[in-house]
Amino acid sequence: MSENSAPLIIGFLCNWCSYAGADMAGTSRAAYPSNIRILRVPCSGRVDPMMIVKCFQEGADAVLVAGCHPGDCHYNEGNYYGRRRFALLRELLDFMGVERERFRVEWVSASEGKRFAKIVTDFTNEMTKMGPRKAS
Amino acid sequence: MSRIGVFVCHCGTNIGGVVDVPKVVEAAKQMPLVVFADENKYTCSELGQASIRNAIDEHRLDRVVVAACSPRMHENTFRRTVAAAGLNPYLLEIANIREHCSWVHSDHDEATVKAIDHVQMAVAKVARHEALFPKTIGLTKRALVIGGGVTGIQAALDIAATGHEVVLVEREPSVGGRMAQLDKTFPTLDCSACILTPKMVDVAQHPNITLLSYSEVKEVRGFVGNFEVDILKKAKMVDHSKCTGCGTCWQKCPGKVSSEFDLGLGQRTAIYIPFAQAVPNKPVIDLENCRYQTFLKWDESQGGKKPPECRICEKICPTKSIDWEQQDEIVTEKFGAIVVATGFKTFDHSVYGEYGGGRYPDVISSLQLERLMSAAGPTEGEVVRPSDGAHVKNVVFVQCVGSRDDRVGRPYCSKVCCMYTAKHAIMLKEHDPDVQCYVFYIDVRAGGKDFEEFARRAQDESGAIYLRGRVSHIYQDGKNLKVLGEDSLIGRPVEIEADLVVLATGMEASDNADTLAQTLNISYTIYNFLIEAHPKLRPVETQTDGVFVAGSAVGPRDIPECVAHGSAAAVKAVALLSQDSLKSDPLTSIVDPMKCVGCFACKVVCPFNAIEEQVTRDKRTVSSINENLCKGCGLCVVACRPGAINLRGFTSQQLLSEVLTLVRE
Repeated sequence: MSENSAPLIIGFLCNWCSYAGADMAGTSRAAYPSNIRILRVPCSGRVDPMMIVKCFQEGADAVLVAGCHPGDCHYNEGNYYGRRRFALLRELLDFMGVERERFRVEWVSASEGKRFAKIVTDFTNEMTKMGPRKAS
Repeated sequence: MSRIGVFVCHCGTNIGGVVDVPKVVEAAKQMPLVVFADENKYTCSELGQASIRNAIDEHRLDRVVVAACSPRMHENTFRRTVAAAGLNPYLLEIANIREHCSWVHSDHDEATVKAIDHVQMAVAKVARHEALFPKTIGLTKRALVIGGGVTGIQAALDIAATGHEVVLVEREPSVGGRMAQLDKTFPTLDCSACILTPKMVDVAQHPNITLLSYSEVKEVRGFVGNFEVDILKKAKMVDHSKCTGCGTCWQKCPGKVSSEFDLGLGQRTAIYIPFAQAVPNKPVIDLENCRYQTFLKWDESQGGKKPPECRICEKICPTKSIDWEQQDEIVTEKFGAIVVATGFKTFDHSVYGEYGGGRYPDVISSLQLERLMSAAGPTEGEVVRPSDGAHVKNVVFVQCVGSRDDRVGRPYCSKVCCMYTAKHAIMLKEHDPDVQCYVFYIDVRAGGKDFEEFARRAQDESGAIYLRGRVSHIYQDGKNLKVLGEDSLIGRPVEIEADLVVLATGMEASDNADTLAQTLNISYTIYNFLIEAHPKLRPVETQTDGVFVAGSAVGPRDIPECVAHGSAAAVKAVALLSQDSLKSDPLTSIVDPMKCVGCFACKVVCPFNAIEEQVTRDKRTVSSINENLCKGCGLCVVACRPGAINLRGFTSQQLLSEVLTLVRE
């Protein structure tokens, strides 16, 4: 919740695919809005759903988790665990009063730089339209 | 209190052209625990690295943040830099302000704000880094090769040539695999046995290779460099240390059964070697079909006449090698590396009802035709019909049987069938100029050195008629077979009267490839082919360190590819075995035994079997991480209910502190 009311998006990117995909966006100069702040994690399965809850509690407007495409996980099956945990997390976010649209899970491979830029652009635009999150 | 130094890189104009670097430096100086901040034109240059080393000295820095390009680019460079100045290399954090900032944002103010945020996150994280030390682990300088086909033989010979000990485990009584069953090889028409048997003999005689035939891998424990493997040595009932392989026993044995090696076209005895050039050239007794065993198992209640005691082999063996007391035996051996080369088997065409479903004796598979063509085969190289022994004149080949066919669950191309069918057409013509071959195909896939020329030769010189289309029906018509199909290029149905129909059966993973993969903790596809670590850049490694895969166990491959992969796997195994010790990555999970409740939810999710049970001094069973197996994915951290597990380098506290710097501005 920066002063200019631009949405704060926190991105958890897996080291092997999506973080590299975001690097790829850089090397191919695929521009996207600067609202996202990126955390590097080894695997989307490392992202604790409670960490995402914490992000929302502390005032983040939106959270993006990006990992390898299903079947491509560097650790064989980490993203499968992540996928199931996040499906459950959505129920909790509903309960907390966090709109579903504010939490996104995307699969971005290391070669999908342009796609990463598009995902972040779309997500940011959508969040700008929704406006800042009301205090819960 | 930490003393953190921040180094912001201009990267020429790559970062400096967009991000206001001096402003980032000023902001960094205000951050908690930061005692020094500076900028560099190129931090990765020798000059830039020297400035980090000097600042560490001068300002007694104990942690370093480099704000520059992606950590995937230079994290290791800067780890070495701080290590050179006496810091632990893991007390470093990179803020990615190039790929994730200056290269994707054009607004200077926004980019600068974001760069400051990323530096702030890195500062918060680095403050919670701890010194980590890679563990040194010893290793057993021996390799295990599973599978004694041409791939396994090549791998074993190449590893042995470097002076390392190799154990080659083969399930069958002889090495040689599928290649030993072939008559000739495409596109050179080399005699398969002539080029393979010398290698088989080399494997048996090499001083560094121990050949365990008629044996299987049952259990694998341990980790890279330190595997412990249980190998089941099946009872051969023949003492191979005494046996000379003279052959008297298998010439006299009355127990005749259909030969697996000749794919049902010939017979073997109950005490047997699978084929004449078998290595080891010493027999085993097939207990299911041995008459003495039938005699032993017989009891009155079955009724009928008591079978004869037989024991002819024992009576005539000149070296008294028959040992009825032999039992299956499990031996445990230690290895540093494992090469898996379990190969393939051919598709069972009996699921194709329209091709007779395996009922017609004269509808055979291509591998059966190889046996018929082989001079060492059941017909000594004469291609005759299995039904009545007549010489064949009209032969129809049907391509893609169990390949490129979704209906039978085999959508993939088996790669070698187009070429071996061309070979068969050429060779049948060579055997008998009166033979006419017809080939029903979908496409002719002849990608490879001299392959296309070879496939053309089958048509142009050997006169094989290639018909593009599928066969719809095969039925017995008197002594001959009627083949109904379609020539889709002229759009007409075709009917051919054939003496012999040869089905180009595709490749599938060998039996129990999935069980073995589970034992080794490596992945496999839905078709049970093994999965390599990367299909292009790491073709023989697997996700499990120290386990390598090669040959057609990974997917359909021809002989040259299998040999190349066998050698490639050998090089990777040798590279591992030539080290004096291994270093483990310290970025692993760690368990706090005081918090662990022993639920082992972590064990369920761990993809690497790295979670072990440990009993504490107060007799609680808690989880503990085998750091040699752990790859640091962090799945267990999230699964852990009491929060007893953390991931070094990515602790929950570190991630939280990064998040908090963003939201508490």
